[in-house]
Amino acid sequence: MTSAVSFKQVSRHFGSVRAVDAVDLDIAPGEFFAMLGPSGSGKTTCLRLIAGFEQPTAGSISIFGERAEGVPPYRRNVNTVFQDYALFPHLNVLDNVAYGLMVKGVGKAERHKAAEEALALVRLPGYGARRPGQLSGGQRQRVALARALVNQPKVLLLDEPLGALDLKLRENMQEELKSLQKALGITFVFVTHDQGEALSMADRVAVFNDGRIMQIGTPEDIYQRPATRFVADFVGSSNVLPPDFVQRYSGQRRWGSLRPESIRVANAASGDGVVARVVGTNYLGATTRLALDADGLRLHAVVPAGTTLPAEGEAVMLTFNRESLHLMDEPA
Amino acid sequence: MTSAAVQSTPAPAILPGSGGMRGALSDLFWRRPKLLLLLMLLPPVLWLGIVYIGSLFALLAQSFFSIDEFSGLINRQITLKTYGDLFQPANLDIILRTVTMAALVTLASAIVAFPIAYYAALYAKGRWKALFYLGVMLPLWSSYLVKVYAWKLILAKEGILTWLFGKLGLSWLLDTWLSLPIVGGNSLSVSFTGTFIVFVYVWLPFMILPVQAALERVPGNLVEASSDLGASPGQTFRNVLFPLALPGIVAGSIFTFSLTLGDYIIPAIIGTSRLFIGQAVYSQQGTAGNIPLAAAFTVVPIVIMGFYLWGAKRMGAFDAL
Repeated sequence: MTSAVSFKQVSRHFGSVRAVDAVDLDIAPGEFFAMLGPSGSGKTTCLRLIAGFEQPTAGSISIFGERAEGVPPYRRNVNTVFQDYALFPHLNVLDNVAYGLMVKGVGKAERHKAAEEALALVRLPGYGARRPGQLSGGQRQRVALARALVNQPKVLLLDEPLGALDLKLRENMQEELKSLQKALGITFVFVTHDQGEALSMADRVAVFNDGRIMQIGTPEDIYQRPATRFVADFVGSSNVLPPDFVQRYSGQRRWGSLRPESIRVANAASGDGVVARVVGTNYLGATTRLALDADGLRLHAVVPAGTTLPAEGEAVMLTFNRESLHLMDEPA
Repeated sequence: MTSAAVQSTPAPAILPGSGGMRGALSDLFWRRPKLLLLLMLLPPVLWLGIVYIGSLFALLAQSFFSIDEFSGLINRQITLKTYGDLFQPANLDIILRTVTMAALVTLASAIVAFPIAYYAALYAKGRWKALFYLGVMLPLWSSYLVKVYAWKLILAKEGILTWLFGKLGLSWLLDTWLSLPIVGGNSLSVSFTGTFIVFVYVWLPFMILPVQAALERVPGNLVEASSDLGASPGQTFRNVLFPLALPGIVAGSIFTFSLTLGDYIIPAIIGTSRLFIGQAVYSQQGTAGNIPLAAAFTVVPIVIMGFYLWGAKRMGAFDAL
């Protein structure tokens, strides 16, 4: 089966800056694919390479089997939902949504009908006559989505589309985007720096750092079995354990990762484990995050609400299951 | 202990007033911000109201008087006779000539200014931007008369432009153009074409700057969004860039259009002997001593600009503001 989007050794350099560096990538048709990474990691540049706003310095890109280098954005059947929505301020909502059809020469009645349908799809029926300036952030986001979807793109690109929304709205939109993607069957490529968003929405996640892909896998792969220290640290703030520490518990001299929720915190006198001192507590509602100091090694543990919390400065005993200690191949 | 040192001199929650007249005045203005606004606006409003608008009304009033054709004295009785005089063929000719020239100059300025403004707004950064402003403003620093006389030399029959056309083997093109009726003449410096060129040159900065300011406010990603939605560069220009630049173009055209309507120096130095509105006003109030007709001529650009703005608003030129 041909990939929806395929990168072969794609690089994009800006002068001496390697924004994207020899990236290989295959996104399957109908997949919800997330590109996750800190800012400046190259994920947005990858998205812009798919959209056609950037051209690769080296390598080849194909979209549904067709070579895309040198093809301008307006000849790609790919649409983008921009980070700040980029709605046209001089057009009303209906004409914004109908824009793609208008430039393709679709008649007024027909394109307005399609735009109304797209607005209904994003649950904004009857908003057509308003100006973008009269809408809230969440509504603008939906209009931007409708404006892209009305063109029935082969691939929909979303550039941190939920970044500007407040938490409640963001959670709602995450669910809606997911169900919309399921219903429409369009390939979604989603850029985010929020690991929770990537894990909860995507079928597969690519973790970016310094213009390279650190790991591609299902959310479970990424979370449970991080390939590198960077992935372990960036996705879910795992405890990254140095080789000599890991050697004591697994017998292998390799880097390890241990999820904060895998650590059990007990009274210092009980059993054998790692002795640590509590240096900080961070109340998060459903859980409390403890910052611990185990002989110079900084660790984090998450304990559920309702457990008696050790006081700051108190010594505790940390235990964990051997299986939950994940060993990483790459030293980086 | 540092904390003890901090506690030994506790800071008050409310600071004491700075005292004196200035302190009291600052506090008063803070409590009554409208008072400050009133004090700031009073001088300019008085100036604008009396000197600026007042003189305009004095002018308007003059236009409703008429001149006694035998004695040459001004008859201070309200009449529309002077406005009727505007519609005499000779005067109507002047108005039409001026309006046509102003419209053409505005159109040409917009066409020339747009790419320059576009580059400056979307691409020029740092040093290039400074160079752009310098390049646009520099001509404004030198005397207008000097520039116009310089153009007279450039456009003269023995001037550099004729020479350049000759060197490029394009003399035939210049000659053909000059042989055309209306726009042609003995040389560029005594033709309407010359007047047009100099008008466009002199007013161009007034078009470039507002268009650049309008384009500067267009977020770059709107162009990307348009392209992303399938619009070719031409379609993006028509559907996004041009409508968003339109308020700037209208603002610029107000300058180029009204400045051309009122100018009397350029057509007097470069061009034919036929009059433009500015020249008509100048000669009517000067040599002819017909102040009412001069005033009526002056009202023409005001009325035209009023209609122009009304039309622009109806066309939605200010929707993007």
